[in-house]
Amino acid sequence: MYTQALDIPQPKGEPKGPRVVENADYQAEFDAKIDAGGFIEAKDWMPEAYRKTLVRQISQHAHSEIVGMLPEGNWITRAPSLKRKAILLAKVQDEGGHGLYLYAAAETLGVSRDELYEALLDGRAKYSSIFNYPTLTWADIGVIGWLVDGAAIMNQIPLCKCSYGPYSRAMVRICKEESFHQRQGYDLLLQMMKGTPEQREMVQDAVNRWWWPSIMMFGPHDKDSQHSETSMRWGIKRISNDDLRQKFVDATVKQAEVLGITLPDPDLKWNEARGHYDFGAIDWEEFWSTVNGHGQCNVDRIAARRKAWEEGAWVREAALEHARKQAAREKVAA
Amino acid sequence: MERKEWPLWEVFVRSKNGLDHKHCGSVHAPDARLALQVARDVYTRRQEGVSIWVVRASDIVASDPDAKPELFDPAEDKIYRHPTFYTLPDEVNHM
Amino acid sequence: MTQQNIATPEHIEYVLRMGDNALILGQRLSEWCGHAPVLEEDMALANTALDLIGQARLLLTHAGKLEGQGRDEDQLAFLRVERDYRNVTLTELPNEDFGRTVVRNFLFAAFQVLLYQRLATSSDAELAAIAAKSLKEARYHLSHAGEWVIRLGDGTELSHARAQAALDYLWPYTAEFFAANPADDAVAAAGIGPAWASLEPEWEALVVPVLNEATLTVPARTPFRTYGKFGRHSEHMGHLLATMQYMQRTYPGAQW
Ligand SMILES: [Fe+2]
Ligand SMILES: [Fe+2]
Repeated sequence: MYTQALDIPQPKGEPKGPRVVENADYQAEFDAKIDAGGFIEAKDWMPEAYRKTLVRQISQHAHSEIVGMLPEGNWITRAPSLKRKAILLAKVQDEGGHGLYLYAAAETLGVSRDELYEALLDGRAKYSSIFNYPTLTWADIGVIGWLVDGAAIMNQIPLCKCSYGPYSRAMVRICKEESFHQRQGYDLLLQMMKGTPEQREMVQDAVNRWWWPSIMMFGPHDKDSQHSETSMRWGIKRISNDDLRQKFVDATVKQAEVLGITLPDPDLKWNEARGHYDFGAIDWEEFWSTVNGHGQCNVDRIAARRKAWEEGAWVREAALEHARKQAAREKVAA
Repeated sequence: MERKEWPLWEVFVRSKNGLDHKHCGSVHAPDARLALQVARDVYTRRQEGVSIWVVRASDIVASDPDAKPELFDPAEDKIYRHPTFYTLPDEVNHM
Repeated sequence: MTQQNIATPEHIEYVLRMGDNALILGQRLSEWCGHAPVLEEDMALANTALDLIGQARLLLTHAGKLEGQGRDEDQLAFLRVERDYRNVTLTELPNEDFGRTVVRNFLFAAFQVLLYQRLATSSDAELAAIAAKSLKEARYHLSHAGEWVIRLGDGTELSHARAQAALDYLWPYTAEFFAANPADDAVAAAGIGPAWASLEPEWEALVVPVLNEATLTVPARTPFRTYGKFGRHSEHMGHLLATMQYMQRTYPGAQW
């Protein structure tokens, strides 16, 4: 997911890492490696712009995972069955794990997790705007799994082959875990569609609210996308926003049919000539306003993250202090 | 003041007996005991492991990527170390 | 086996009590998801909550079978009135802060470990099997929570104060684990499981050394008593149930 924000203008003050001296020989070697489809590893020389782009992309991705815990977390205590409660808790926990893997990948580039995290809490860093929409009913949990995780998977699979080794390995692990997320969501919806009219209405209502935000997750149209070209050349983006979006729409139409719901787009129809589904115009105004902080939940999401972080400070400090005391005691004993 | 961030630990997991421990990621933890526990909580939720090692990331000594030529290129021409270097008669070539 | 015909009300209640303990504490711990002090601990707390919810499912399913009235895990988890929940009051208390959360997990896991150990020889074979599986989980919860009790107790001045406050608050509630209960005597006599009161000395022997290592002062016993396991809960229970039962109560009979 969650790499949409790659195309968004970024704050200054990126930290410095090792081995960024611009040097023609190094550059040639780096280019050759990239062109041959090879991997760059943490300690290898890399151009500063490559490093910066990666730090930005990976950390935004990580932030999205952990902010993404909040809307779904909103329903864990209200899950309607014990089985669904366990599934949802495991799913949201997985997202925390994804955040963790990704922060670790970013850390190999010479930044610390706390620095990255603070940028999120200060509002300097972006995360996927999909998580600024509220989860209003239990059906939202199913629709998020189906559409939001579905879009995320579409976006993430190409990243398993991205040129930066630690990122690509994190993505392999994440993608393995993601397929459960989409399937549990769809399964939840199937069950609801077999239920009462009230349940079916709940599903349709959730689809109506999440469909457009989901297809916005792929980011601006290619022609409006700032960084895409360089990112493509560097192999940290493999498929363009519009191509991915099309792929997603094409795959989803059939799933919606099987489910028995209507996707809320009157212009959605098969185009024989293109061999794809056509779909209506995306409301980019809404997209940008959410990205820029005016979505319903932007403020609440960051406030929740900040609260957890600040209220946890004494715990983190206590553990460090205990480790210091232990080390001192061991020294005396030795 | 002092550092507030928990140190980073590299996590190595043996997925089943008979296999090597393999690097699978990292965690932050204040000390070795908690590092092992959180490594278990983060990296073995789907039966991925039967044994875990954690190593403080700052304790790892790594080879210099700039020294790659002198470290690893000299092995390049020692092709006689590989079994495929030797062509034997068909009757005994499974040797 | 025709257990439904032979299960006594005491037997059913004993299993329900265990199931409710796991259910209600699992519900409380699940509130942490996304809000823990550090990502690693978010994962760890969720694992504990998942273990407890898993235990609750097995135990409530078993209780439903013993009862023989066709109630499944969800009907028991979501559709009883407050009075019929048999969890100890300790499990329903709000999480408050991380200190209270881990001290509670520690005190509770120690109790569960001892109980599950003793259930290995239960005459109720299904209960023995559930206990054997759950014992491994409880042992890990005890170890992980114990590590945290030690770090908070023997950490900074602030963390020590907060851990001690948590212990002072929670300790009186632990008396309920061991309060005499006539139902237990029948269960013990039938070889189904130990009377909980009999576990107190072992429980203290398990928790006190860790609390000492954590430099915490073990509070003295007071006359304070709670009665959750008899169905008389705290003011917090109704709110927990209102949240947990919300969907099942709003959409009666729907399948999810
Ligand atoms: Fe994820
Ligand atoms: Fe996901």
